[in-house]
Parts: sequence; C-alpha cells; structure tokens
Amino acid sequence: MIGADAIVKCLEAEGVKEVFGYPGVAICPFYNSILDSDIRPILVRTEQNAAHAASGVARMTGRPGVCAVTSGPGATNVITGIATAFADSIPLICITGQVNSELLGSDVFQEADIYGAVESFVKYSYLIKNVNDIPRVFKEAFYIANSGRKGPVLIDIPIDIQNAPIPKFKYPESVSLSTYKPTVKGNIVQIRKVIKELEKAKRPIICAGGGILLSEAQDVLRTFATNHNIPVVTTMMGIGVMPTNHPLYYGMVGNNGKPYANRAMNEADLVIMAGARVADRAISQPDLITKDKILVHIDVDPAEIGKNAGPTIPIVGDAKHIFEDFLAEELSADYCDWINVLNEYKSAMAIIRKPDANYVDPECFIRKLTEKMEDNAVYVADVGQNQIWSCAYAQIKSGKFLTSGGMGTMGYSIPAAIGAKVAAPNRQVVAVCGDGSFQMSMMELATMIQHGIQVKIVIFKNNYLGMVRQYQHFSYQDKYSVVDLSGSPDFSKLSESYHIPFIRLEDMSSCDATIDAFLKEDTSMILECNIDPMDLV
Amino acid sequence: MKKRIYSVLVENQAGVLCKVAGLFSRRCFNIDSLAVGETDSPEVSCMTIVSSGDERTIEQIEKQLNKKLDVIKVKTLKEQQCITKELMLVKIKYNTNNRKEIMEICEIMNAQIVDMSKHFMIIQICDAPDRVKGLLAMFRSISIVEVARTGTLALSKCSESDKG
Repeated sequence: MIGADAIVKCLEAEGVKEVFGYPGVAICPFYNSILDSDIRPILVRTEQNAAHAASGVARMTGRPGVCAVTSGPGATNVITGIATAFADSIPLICITGQVNSELLGSDVFQEADIYGAVESFVKYSYLIKNVNDIPRVFKEAFYIANSGRKGPVLIDIPIDIQNAPIPKFKYPESVSLSTYKPTVKGNIVQIRKVIKELEKAKRPIICAGGGILLSEAQDVLRTFATNHNIPVVTTMMGIGVMPTNHPLYYGMVGNNGKPYANRAMNEADLVIMAGARVADRAISQPDLITKDKILVHIDVDPAEIGKNAGPTIPIVGDAKHIFEDFLAEELSADYCDWINVLNEYKSAMAIIRKPDANYVDPECFIRKLTEKMEDNAVYVADVGQNQIWSCAYAQIKSGKFLTSGGMGTMGYSIPAAIGAKVAAPNRQVVAVCGDGSFQMSMMELATMIQHGIQVKIVIFKNNYLGMVRQYQHFSYQDKYSVVDLSGSPDFSKLSESYHIPFIRLEDMSSCDATIDAFLKEDTSMILECNIDPMDLV
Repeated sequence: MKKRIYSVLVENQAGVLCKVAGLFSRRCFNIDSLAVGETDSPEVSCMTIVSSGDERTIEQIEKQLNKKLDVIKVKTLKEQQCITKELMLVKIKYNTNNRKEIMEICEIMNAQIVDMSKHFMIIQICDAPDRVKGLLAMFRSISIVEVARTGTLALSKCSESDKG
C-alpha cells in the first residue's frame, strides 16, 4: 500500500461517495488509486468548479464535499472555490497534489505554495511530509471541516508522499486536538435569560442565517417559532429555514430584502440573530439592531459575536442544541398584536413591479417556476440580478435554496447544482443564472453530459451584466462601462452541440406551458428567458 | 486606542508564525512588536504580541487568535498587569570627546558596553520598553550605526492564583 491508496482508504472510511477534480501529474497517484475503490471520480472542466461542486454535495448531505486537483495552476485555480466555501462556512476537503517534497521551495514546474496561499480562506490546512501522517491528517481534516463553524480544509500532498509505501494503515477512530474544542451546548444561564426577556418582550423576531441550515436546526427553530408565535426573517444564506408561505415568515432582510422584513427588524424590541454574522449585506447598520432593543446573538463561532454588533445576550454554541434548550423552557407569551402589525406591513409594503409585456417578468417567472417545482426540489441561484430576484420570489417548500451569499461568486450555480444532483439524484435540481454567470461556468455542460448528471438550467438573458449595469445606471448616470455582453454565443446552438434540449421563453404568454415542458422529465435542459435589459431589481 | 499585550502559546511548528502574523495583517490589526521563542516545552512556543486598538478590536484580536487551530492559549494583558522587558543592542560610533558621556549614560540607564573597537561600541540594555526607547533617543544625537531589538517580552505578574 502506498500513500495514494491510504488517501482513498481514508475517504472511504469517511463515507465519501464522489470526488470532483482535475488531474495533473502531481495528483496522478491518487487518481490511479481511486480506480480501485467505489468512490466516483468526476472530472470537471476547471478546478474552481470542483470546489463549487463539492460545496453542492456538502450542502445537500451535511458532510464535507471533496475535491482533488493537481499542483501549481490546478491548486491556484481552486482558491476561488475554497474562498467561496469559506465565506459561507461550507465544509470541504480540498486535496492538492504537490511537487516532490525534496524540491519544495525551488520553484520547479507547477509548484505553487498553495498551503501559504489559502491561509486566509481555509479553516485549516496541512502539508503532509510523512506518509504515515496521512490517516491522522484526514481524520482531523474531516472533523475540523465539519464541526464548530464549518469550513474548508486543504491538504497538500507531494507526489513522492503519495507514492511512498505506508507500512501499516489504520484509520483513527477519534481525533485528539488539544487546541480545538468547539462549544456545542449553549450556556443554560444565558438561555434562561433569553426566555425571561421573551416573557417581557412585546415585539420579538428571529433572524435566521445559514448557520441554522448548517447545524440542521431548521425544524426545531420552526417548532419554537410556531409554538410561541414568533415571527421569523432570514438572511440570504438562511433562505429555506422557513417555507416561503409559512404564516410566521416575513422574508429576507437586508439591502435587497423585503422592506417589511427590515421594518420588522427595526421595530422589534428583541432580536434573536441565530447563525448569522450581522454582515453588511443583511444588516447595513448594525447599530440599529442594538439600539432600543435586546439583541440575542447565537453563533457557534465566538469571534462572530460582538464583531459587527455588540449583543445584550451572547450565546456561543450549536444552534440546534440551543433551540432545543429554548423549547425545553417554559414560556408563556402572546405576540398576536405584533403579528397583526407585521401582517399589515406585509400587505401594505409589498412591491408591485411593472413589467414590460415584451419580456419575461423575472418575478412572475420565478414564482411560477418554483410553485411548479417538486416540493423538495433544490433551487441553486447564481450571482447578479438573478440572485436578487431568486431570493425575493422563489417559493421554497421543503426543498433547498443554495447560493453563494458571502463571496458572491459568479458561476457558482451550475457546478453547485451538479454537486447537489450527484448527492441527491432523486431530487429535482434547477440552477438559475444570468447570461454573464452562465458563461463563467458553461464548460460544465460537458461534465453534466459525461457523467449523466441531470441539471435544469435557467438562463436569464438580457445581454448585460445586469447587476453592474444597474449600479452604473444609478451611480454613473447610465454611463455603462464593460457591462455589455455582446459576443455571447447562440445558447440554442451551444445546447445543441452538447445534445442538451433547449427552450426559449420570449414573454409571459406561454410561460406556464414552457415551465411545464422544462420540468416534465428528469433530464438536463436549458431554458433561456428573454429578460428586459433595463430591468432593475 | 488602548494598548494590550497578547501572550500567545502556539504549537511550535513551521508556518505558525506566518499564520498569526497573517491574521493581524488581513484583519488590519496593529502589531507594535512581536517576539517569539520556545517555552520549557519544545512543542510549544510563546509569542508576545503588543498591539493597540479600540475596545472591539482588542476583543476581536483575542477571539480571532483563539480561532486559529495552532493557538493553544491566549492571555490578553494590560501593561500594568505584567512585567515587560525588552533587550536592545545598539552599535554606535564614538570619539574621544563623547566616550565619557556615553559611559555615563550607560551607567545611569543600567546599560552595558558589550563590545568595542577603536571607533565603535555595542551597548546592551535589557529593561522596560519605555526605558529602552529612552536610551535609544539619547543615542540619537551621538551616532547610531545599527539597532536590534527583541520586541517586548511579558509575563503576568506573580499571583497566588497562578497554576504551578
């Protein structure tokens, strides 16, 4: 047995089913060994997308997604994917091949200091210099990636270490990391304090972030909110915590959120921020959520508490455990009046768009699409105007909503959808992107075809980088600079060359029938929507 | 702006210094000085980092340091809570006119001349950081050739609650 075999054995022991990646000489021993296992290697068309696809797997399964790429450019290409996962706390294991360990530091062909380069985008990283360390390092890496505040872990392995014989392979049963002990249980004194404050509160609200989904706390949070009639809003990463049509759900907060959700946050007298970072996209003025109100901040990462807003009651721990503890406490309070007020806001502050009938209206289209999608379908939104429309109008039932919230990485949706579909082959997976973001990842159509991964892709085509065009419209008085997408290929011909069925929707007149045709069978398909280039989110 | 001294125990491994220093630069935290050395255990190094910032920054520095997996323990200390020392070596060019003055300064400041040639001498001082700074200021009017400083080292003052 050599190091490369040991790596595969480690992945098997962790229950890894698939590895996304791109080979090169420095990772060849690993890709040779993987053929002797049941782990499915999936060739993507650029390394960044290997990390995004692994992110899709992680978000579907709750286990780290795995990608493996070669040294030098392979490793540096994957950095954006790693940074994207880091920003959204998605657990990844990223294996990079490296040049011979004796040549490290001599700038040989395809050498890059990836261990140093990713330092600020990973939760932890390893450079393995002894083949006998492989089992321990992998055990630790999987544990680190998927505990506490989750995140990517990079393991850099020189080719000679992959080829070195490993005398005895034993996968450790446990990890012993003296310096890493994430807090799971919340402090009961703090928890009771929150309950006490809730007894006194008149206008409480829960703001749920991506941390709720990462700790799988959505069910218990929903039960807690429903039992006590507490309204819930979410951040972008928290979309899906509540079904969109839940009577206690008041939508996404933030600059691009629902005005009534923001108003609810501002008027609340007690805010429970749970698994959310209080980052600028959700909370543009952190002082507003601390002024004249009690702020409870729940996060598994103590460094997030107090970073952007000083809470009245901080609770460090895993959201699921903390909400279970909330549920176990007695609380008798009635927030009926507050709910009535919020419902009034909701109907009074609804935004009414005035779409141009010559185009597809994103709002109406997304509503219809998501209503027709299966209950547990996965909606993957890209970045740009399409993301904001998706956040605003997607009707999530028991399914998932995946997007790159923290980093806002264009091109995320197709590879992430590929990963999601591989992890959950029986669920409907729809990626919604713009013509800009589509062109950042359209090479992955080949990955879908080669590996038989059925992903449905919606392209909002407006021939512009719409989000930036909109910004230039407001900030530069329509002086457009490098946002025109002229030169894009004919997407129908592109689809044809990949043998992927293609439909184009010109306007709303045939919207229902087109969506029905698009969703009818579990096959890959591309639906191009003709979007008003001047439309604003 | 408040000054704090972070006494940080870390795993004595390659790359850890880089990770800790990188954390300060990425998050725009100041480093006034940084000193590293092995502790009584060869597996553990102690980094003494002097930094300053507002209340929130001071708290964030400690929290972000604690997030690093190679960091074993962080102690955040106010200056008055600890004994601080810094070692400085300063090479100066002297002449017969100022040699006496230099020797007097050294005597007053409890500094030692540790090396000497016909025109140059090296003076060593090991003292509280402000006294080291003071000595350096005095030599400025003479002729400084080279300076090497360790940066501040600090340990919290002895207390009966210290764990043995």
